[in-house]
Amino acid sequence: MSKKPSKGGAPNLDMTPMVDLAFLLVTFFMLTASFRMAEPVTVDPPSSIGEVDLPDNHIIVTIDNSGRAFFGISNTSAKMNALREMGKKYNVEFTDLQIVKFSGLPSIGVDIKDLPRYIDAKEDERTNFQPQKGVPLDTVTPNNQLKDWIAIGGREAVKMYNQAKEDAAAKNQEFKAEKPRYAIKADGKTKYIYVKDVVKTFTDLKVYQFNMITSLEGGGTVIEPKK
Amino acid sequence: MAEIAEDGGGGHKKGGKKRAKKQSTKIDMTPMVDLAFLLLTFFVLTATFSKPKSMELTFPAPPENIDDQPPIKKGITFLLTGDDRIFYYEGEFRAKADENGEKTEITELSYDRSSLHKFLLDKNKDMQDQIRALKEKFDTKQLPDTTYKRLVRERKADKDSYTYLIKTDDKATYRNVIDVIDELNVNVVGKYVMVDIMKQELDLVNEKLGIASADAAPAK
Repeated sequence: MSKKPSKGGAPNLDMTPMVDLAFLLVTFFMLTASFRMAEPVTVDPPSSIGEVDLPDNHIIVTIDNSGRAFFGISNTSAKMNALREMGKKYNVEFTDLQIVKFSGLPSIGVDIKDLPRYIDAKEDERTNFQPQKGVPLDTVTPNNQLKDWIAIGGREAVKMYNQAKEDAAAKNQEFKAEKPRYAIKADGKTKYIYVKDVVKTFTDLKVYQFNMITSLEGGGTVIEPKK
Repeated sequence: MAEIAEDGGGGHKKGGKKRAKKQSTKIDMTPMVDLAFLLLTFFVLTATFSKPKSMELTFPAPPENIDDQPPIKKGITFLLTGDDRIFYYEGEFRAKADENGEKTEITELSYDRSSLHKFLLDKNKDMQDQIRALKEKFDTKQLPDTTYKRLVRERKADKDSYTYLIKTDDKATYRNVIDVIDELNVNVVGKYVMVDIMKQELDLVNEKLGIASADAAPAK
């Protein structure tokens, strides 16, 4: 029986390179990670071969599977201005604190009359906020708040974009930001008629180009090679 | 593992020789490494899926006068309905058979690769071959970038190619619509449009659904 004589004691392994690497990666991921606020609804978009990244500067309408519409703007200052304008239009008063708080919120899906109450609600109360029926988008009655949100939000986002561009030009800096784009994110199980209503709202405002948010298709179907 | 105090203790008693105590510099790094990897795992798992992908889509501007619209010569209409079912018909819609042609019949397709994908592949073969040939030329650098893009665009806008119309009833889901558009994109179709469904088409679909469900019942 030949048995290798094992040395006594714990084997001494130099872990330094591994630790170096681990911390390097930790640092990298920490610095690149951007945290998203929890969305008011979970939406599971269908998959497609679309490979266009969602632009950073966007105005997004989320539609959940029961057809509720949620509205969001990525640019925080545009968002704050949009809320001020909307408040004026619908005669709803917002305090400065509420406006600042609003800029940190993800998409909203409440009637503007309930919005002050929604903003003041605690983080965990917001998910169960009642009534959270989605932003009203009646295409028949004049109560199409979504349309106003998109119109005002879009205008403010473009204003912010132009301002940033001018600032950069004045300072002779390179300007890289993209123009705001409109995006629609809907759940795969949403009935298409709900999406159509939102699309109709956009086209009424003469916005014809959107990014439909989809998850990336597994496997990647490309054009079949010729037989 | 308490290696820090490795050779403390004994040195004192032995002699009066004053010498700087030789301390081991080894530190037990295990807890730190554990923590580092824990964080690493967390960030890797949360960071990967942060950027959503999207599909660019352009809807047509509504025409100012509906009567001005030129009729679509070569059209294929997809009719989407509930339960992930899809029908199509070719050409103009005819509610009744007249001197110009037969009454429109709708045929069922499915979202399988073997059905919808193959259907589009067959219909679009010529154009796909042409575009593929252009792409080959472009890849081997026989064509400049701008010319390539222009030629592809022209090919896609070709008058003789099919225009696809997508119509949905109120039971079709968003996923169905995206699937169809996706399949059209895979097959490099240039012309497709979302259109409102007509009453007669809806009736035809419902009729077909009625028959289809009656057919399926005795088979069970």
